[in-house]
Amino acid sequence: MASSLPRILRLGQRAFARRLLLAAGLLVLWHFAVVLLRIPSFLVPSPISVVQTLWQDLQSGALNSALTNTLRLLVMGVGLGLLGGIFLAAFSILSTWGRDLLAILVSVFNPLPGVAILPLAMLWFGLTPAAIVFVVTYGALWPMAISIDTGFRTVNPTLLMLGRNLGLRGPRLVKDVMLPAALPHLLSGLKIAWAFGWRTIVAAELVFGVAGAQAGVGWYINQARYFLETPRVFSGLVAIAFVGILAETLFNLIERWTVERWGMKR
Amino acid sequence: MLEKRFLALEQVSIAYPGPPPFLAVKDISFTVEKGERFVIIGPSGCGKTTVLKAIGGFLHPIGGSITLEGRPIRDPGPERPMVFQDFEQHFPWFTVLGNLIYALKVTGRARGKEAVERARHFLALVGIGDAADKYPHQLSGGMKQRVAIARALALEPKLLLMDEPFGALDAILRTRLQRELMNLWHHLHFTLVLITHSIQEAVYLGHRVLVMSANPGAVKELIDVSHIEEMDTRDFAEVTAHLRHLLVQPRELVKEDKHKHGL
Repeated sequence: MASSLPRILRLGQRAFARRLLLAAGLLVLWHFAVVLLRIPSFLVPSPISVVQTLWQDLQSGALNSALTNTLRLLVMGVGLGLLGGIFLAAFSILSTWGRDLLAILVSVFNPLPGVAILPLAMLWFGLTPAAIVFVVTYGALWPMAISIDTGFRTVNPTLLMLGRNLGLRGPRLVKDVMLPAALPHLLSGLKIAWAFGWRTIVAAELVFGVAGAQAGVGWYINQARYFLETPRVFSGLVAIAFVGILAETLFNLIERWTVERWGMKR
Repeated sequence: MLEKRFLALEQVSIAYPGPPPFLAVKDISFTVEKGERFVIIGPSGCGKTTVLKAIGGFLHPIGGSITLEGRPIRDPGPERPMVFQDFEQHFPWFTVLGNLIYALKVTGRARGKEAVERARHFLALVGIGDAADKYPHQLSGGMKQRVAIARALALEPKLLLMDEPFGALDAILRTRLQRELMNLWHHLHFTLVLITHSIQEAVYLGHRVLVMSANPGAVKELIDVSHIEEMDTRDFAEVTAHLRHLLVQPRELVKEDKHKHGL
């Protein structure tokens, strides 16, 4: 039945192919809009010149090293935020003092965006990668702590009784039972923290940016703007979007390997 | 007589903190001997699960004492493993085999190759050796309860606690698992305290049946049914009828009222 349909319609049945087709269509539209409307390339470059610049900077390593620098700081910051979130949530589930502490910290700091902490971080750490890691950690910590705490508090009581029945208590019960049981919440917290972190780090690099060998993708974009190299600005943006898609795919894979395989997906 | 005091509850009262505080169980006393199958039955809310949780060490009585081999029970422990009614009583991130191995390792019962062998042995014993490498969510309710029994028995319990283990199963599967549990007992002679609200289950599985009344939970009658091994016999029918009579009596409303305000 399906094979008797014209090729183009058969493509329409497959989500991935359909999306690819749409993306290609939009790129073509972009290209002809720029060419036909004679938009100057320092305002909107054609997709071809963007891809050329992208390729060129990947060859020269300028974009790779910027991306690697940014991602390294991002992973460090989100990782520290994850660890801090686990400890805060564990303290919160193990004692009423911890619970109140988390409640206070979250209500004060969660509404305060990471970028707003940036001037303070610059005062404390100067124009160093440490300032950026600090800001990203700060941004990741609160969503992580909230998600993990929710995860801990919604563990099936039977599993907790089973853990206690096996002689587990305190931190060991948290580590062996609550933490894996809270994995669905932890992963959704991680996604939020990652998204926060990504936005924060690019904004932070745009604002002050560490120059030289440690420069990140925000700096890369800002430099391009300074020299009016609009295709380069675009290629930085494309790179950011692309890494975002990759990260999304990675998180989905982690979910498939863990919570979905274990039947824990909510 | 000394043997009779393997597990002893003396004047045990258990309350849940309020407000208002609720006296769930009042002055319960009974003993269970080693190797006995002891069944507690009663209407919903009579505190039978509360009693079992206290024996498990999950709850602490406000009065009286619970001792196992003369030592007071203070905390939950693997020598008193519990099989729950809830099917979701396995760690979903481990396979069936992994769940048993983890239990053996974390309780120090066995490790390494020995843990694997013992886990496989007990899974085979409850008839689910084939499911060893599946994850819990891939099992049916009956299989999950079998895994729970295997896990509990693999820990070589002093006392096996079961909280309405077959309560959520359909009638046919329920009868089958009751028979399997009896076969396991004849094989291993563990000491069992089992909670149920099924009269048939109580008479079939128990040596003795403790009937509880509610508000607050108390001992109503203790019945010896050790001479009954098979269903569909005259004795079975008689005891069942007696139990049904005990359990469906109208509640003593005056008494209930008094105790509600008593605490």
